Amino acid sequence: MNDAAACAPLTPASFKSSYKPIWCPGCGDYSVLSSVTKALAMIGQPPEKVAVVSGIGCSSRIPAYTTCYGFHGVHGRALAAATGLKVARPDLTVLVAGGDGDGYSIGGNHFLHACRRNVDLTYIVMDNHVYGMTKGQPSPTTEPDWDSKLSPGGTGVRSFHPLVIALASGANFVARAFSGDPNGTADIIAQAIRHPGFSFIEILSPCVTFRPEQREWKQLVHPAPVQQTDDPGRAARRIMTDDGFNIGVLYAGERPPYPLGKAKTPTAVADLEAEFAL
Amino acid sequence: MHAIATKMTKDAAAQPARGAAPSLSVALAGSGGSGVMTAGNLLVDAAARAGLYGLMVRTSGPQIRGGEAAALLRLSPTPVATLDDGFDVLLAIDWQNVGRFFDEIPLTRTSVIVGDPDEGVVPDVYTATGARFAPVPLKKMAKAIAGSWTNMVALGVAGALAGVPRAALEAALRASWKRADDKLAANLAALDAGMQAAAAISGVRALAATGRSGAGRWNVSGNEAAGYGAIRGGVRFVAAYPITPATELLEWMAPALVKVGGTLLQAEDELASINMIVGASYGGVPSLTATAGPGLALMTEGIGLAVSAEVPIVVVDVMRGGPSTGIPAKSEQSDLSFAVSGLTGDAPRIVVAPTSIADCLATTQWAVHLAEALQAPAIVLSDQFMGQSRAIIDRPADEALVGERLTAAANAPDYKRYRDTASGVSPMAVPGTPGTVYTADGLEHTEAGIPSSQPRDHRLQLDKRARKLALYDFGDRWADVEGDLAADAAVITFGSTTAAVREAVARLAAEGTTVRLLALRLLAPAQPPKLAKALAGVTRVLVIEQNHGGQLLHWLRAAYDLPGRPAGFHRPGPLPLRPGEIAEAILAWRNA
Repeated sequence: MNDAAACAPLTPASFKSSYKPIWCPGCGDYSVLSSVTKALAMIGQPPEKVAVVSGIGCSSRIPAYTTCYGFHGVHGRALAAATGLKVARPDLTVLVAGGDGDGYSIGGNHFLHACRRNVDLTYIVMDNHVYGMTKGQPSPTTEPDWDSKLSPGGTGVRSFHPLVIALASGANFVARAFSGDPNGTADIIAQAIRHPGFSFIEILSPCVTFRPEQREWKQLVHPAPVQQTDDPGRAARRIMTDDGFNIGVLYAGERPPYPLGKAKTPTAVADLEAEFAL
Repeated sequence: MHAIATKMTKDAAAQPARGAAPSLSVALAGSGGSGVMTAGNLLVDAAARAGLYGLMVRTSGPQIRGGEAAALLRLSPTPVATLDDGFDVLLAIDWQNVGRFFDEIPLTRTSVIVGDPDEGVVPDVYTATGARFAPVPLKKMAKAIAGSWTNMVALGVAGALAGVPRAALEAALRASWKRADDKLAANLAALDAGMQAAAAISGVRALAATGRSGAGRWNVSGNEAAGYGAIRGGVRFVAAYPITPATELLEWMAPALVKVGGTLLQAEDELASINMIVGASYGGVPSLTATAGPGLALMTEGIGLAVSAEVPIVVVDVMRGGPSTGIPAKSEQSDLSFAVSGLTGDAPRIVVAPTSIADCLATTQWAVHLAEALQAPAIVLSDQFMGQSRAIIDRPADEALVGERLTAAANAPDYKRYRDTASGVSPMAVPGTPGTVYTADGLEHTEAGIPSSQPRDHRLQLDKRARKLALYDFGDRWADVEGDLAADAAVITFGSTTAAVREAVARLAAEGTTVRLLALRLLAPAQPPKLAKALAGVTRVLVIEQNHGGQLLHWLRAAYDLPGRPAGFHRPGPLPLRPGEIAEAILAWRNA
């Protein structure tokens, strides 16, 4: 980017890189990428002030498809890397992105603790209920009877409920979005970025290759019928009893975020040795 | 091995000093809560105020609180970095389970056991050494002085036996005092009572007065020194998960980092802590974590990421007995193989090891400098012995080693994060810099950082990452080369074992047997030309280390051409290698 470009008004295109995604035709993640770039244009921070951090999986390829600073780390650890980055560099806007296997299975512990730590991050999970990159194994959000080569006849294990887990663990903003509604999703992402603390967005993003039946999601999704709440009890009840296709901001809390910032007047390093001196 | 060690101990005791400065070794033992650690800390502090140097090793049973504990001290007018072969004095406040320390507190017939006759009989294992028993009714004496504590009577006895002046003991006690003054007076009286009781105990050679104070010296643990070295090197972000014996390093750094404008974050596990520091360092802030073997095992994935994404990080491994959970509170040099080889793929990394408590500072600082300069992970192999022990040391010299990372300028033309440069080091763009955005990646990548499985890109990046370490000039700090530089036999060691080897080599030299001594500070990358130069004229080497399998010996044989048929002297923890057994091993090898 040259200086002239830096001064130009920021549009979604300002945040879209020239790299061609590896995603299959029809993948929901294309729309999520478009929603992310739209949201970043709404936020208005220049791309170099934004970092997009991810782990491993189809959706985790997203950092390089933006013009922001990207960090494509190891499987399941995106939230940890992003936490370190944000705490060390509070001036940056930090987005974390990945899939359901990355976030809820191998990264499950980090998910819990990122929610309770409440560092000012925005976490976008593109949930397609399957491990796509390894060609079709059940993830934590897969239905228990979904047949696959690795778990013939289904896992028999109940599926994970990320939204209520996030809420119970202390996430400060909890929303569900649908990749088939890129403008609505962009809006939710922008709200999430603006909301202080840890914001979590579960985006239903179909894998048409391994879960072709997810093409039906566009018929199933519907806007959340009631207003968002800052009462976690009400939000939990709603999330636990809805049909899983309720789209919108389901909870926006007031919990103070993890404190970031530096000592006002740092001590000289050499002063630290006073405690050793006899 | 133990039989040899014991025999050597007795021989050493029969021929005191052997050319070295005199030292006095005192073990203070008792059940948890008896205050032996407090007494030990005060004795070291008082000795330091009296111009002595000292080392205090803490040891305890498996219980977290309330178990038996012992403070193992060695005091001397010259710097001490290792325990002696045995102890001159064992002072036990009580005998409850203190017998468990038998292997850690070797006694000889010239040793003196001071114990309270009202607190049980001396365990047979100690009396069988032939050490003389001097009963002192510590508890009754303390009871006779209202408001005083038994461990202060013990401090008086131990201090007087060691030759630490009363004024220094009193100054140490006053400096540590945080309670009401009336009890201070009672405990000063207890101190006096202990000192008077010591006058009746003969056979302990007290240290002579030094005629100086402790001014200009430090009282520091290896963990604290490493933490301070890290901050001096520029570390301003730490993420970590508590683990014995590294926790104190982190607990020292937590408030210290805040003071200098940095942050310490307690992570949910070691997988998180390593990825947090990779994330923070990617953000341009020099970052560190500290752990022990089990945590290092979990961190390998993240260390590999730092190799591939070329993110500088420092990992301090305060080694403890392994494998697995092993022996958490005891020392062993058994993570070496894992540190130098334990990553998947071809993954060049830096591994350094401090050679003493004092060196924990400079070597950790150096590790930060190297990691930043080479944009690679650096592992610091400290250990429980150095980490948790305290020493009185001369204030270490200021080192001008501050991490300096090659960064990209704003709008650098045709910027490629992983450009194939001559040195292998390529400018790293710090997020926030305009015109140089890139994606750091653990996947193999092109020079621009885009994932690639092309053979050319893989080869290019593997070459680049290997070259930046291979071409770097690590200078003279890679090893301490000392002893008889004309000798045709050399011993090679590393880490906390260095001090014991150094003392063994000095003892042998005083008896006319000389060897060259190499204490390696840089374990990886290997430095064949430097080692060849350091070993010029040497026809045989003996590798000395504290682990079961001879890990340094194996690493040296793999990475270097060593002269002759390299031999090893190694045994596992938890007992530290002692100068006497090392001297015996060197002698046996020289005469073989």
